Amino acid sequence: MDLSLTTRTIGEHTVLEVGGEVDVYTAPRLRERLVELIDGGARAIVVDLGRVDFLDSTGLGVLVGALKRLRPVGGTFGLICDKEPLLKIFRITALDQVFPIYPTLEAATSADSSGTDA
Amino acid sequence: MSSVKLSFTPAPVHVRTARLVGVAVARRAGVPEELLDEVRLAIGEACARAVALHRQYGLTDLVLVEMSDGPAYTVRVIDRAPIEAGLGLAALPPDELADESLTDEALTVGVGFALLAGFVEDLQVRPVDEGIGTEVRMAWPLGR
Repeated sequence: MDLSLTTRTIGEHTVLEVGGEVDVYTAPRLRERLVELIDGGARAIVVDLGRVDFLDSTGLGVLVGALKRLRPVGGTFGLICDKEPLLKIFRITALDQVFPIYPTLEAATSADSSGTDA
Repeated sequence: MSSVKLSFTPAPVHVRTARLVGVAVARRAGVPEELLDEVRLAIGEACARAVALHRQYGLTDLVLVEMSDGPAYTVRVIDRAPIEAGLGLAALPPDELADESLTDEALTVGVGFALLAGFVEDLQVRPVDEGIGTEVRMAWPLGR
């Protein structure tokens, strides 16, 4: 399944819904979209991984890149994920200690801070 | 024992094909269903790593993937990059993952290796027997 990207705004949060496979081939499109959002002024970004079927190290690198871009401008970056296979990927790479990961959209958008200093 | 060989131009678009073939052969070989996600991820990581190395060194050689079932399901992913690059793999500690000085490439390599090591109990990374290159060998038990 190819990559799908949909953006919407909830309050102060920009929510990027990602679907399909995020891999070495499709990850550059995710990077472009995140850079567009940040350059366009988004400062509270939440990436919803609920419809992601596959995520590899390239995709993880893109997510870390967005977090690092937001830091100097005082932004926040969080993830929504409740799928055990994906959560295991974050645990194995220790990236669960880098990203705030929320189980639901409500939890992500009601958090005071998405914790870019995590 | 049966085997399937796949070779592909070192381009990211073909990594998905390698994953799909690798999982299809694994399923047919009798790898338990609950391990197939890990097989898919590991083959993807090994192939993405090989593609990245070939592109880094401007190599047009094909990346080779060999899948075979014997006592276990074994996948070998073979690149043709210089050995020192292929073996230079290291997992990154958490406090360095989001460090500003870490390049995207270094992060992806480190995270990719962490995934391989984390998902494949039987993993070997070694020089190829003949010529230049590295072989990533992964094996999973069969359920039958």
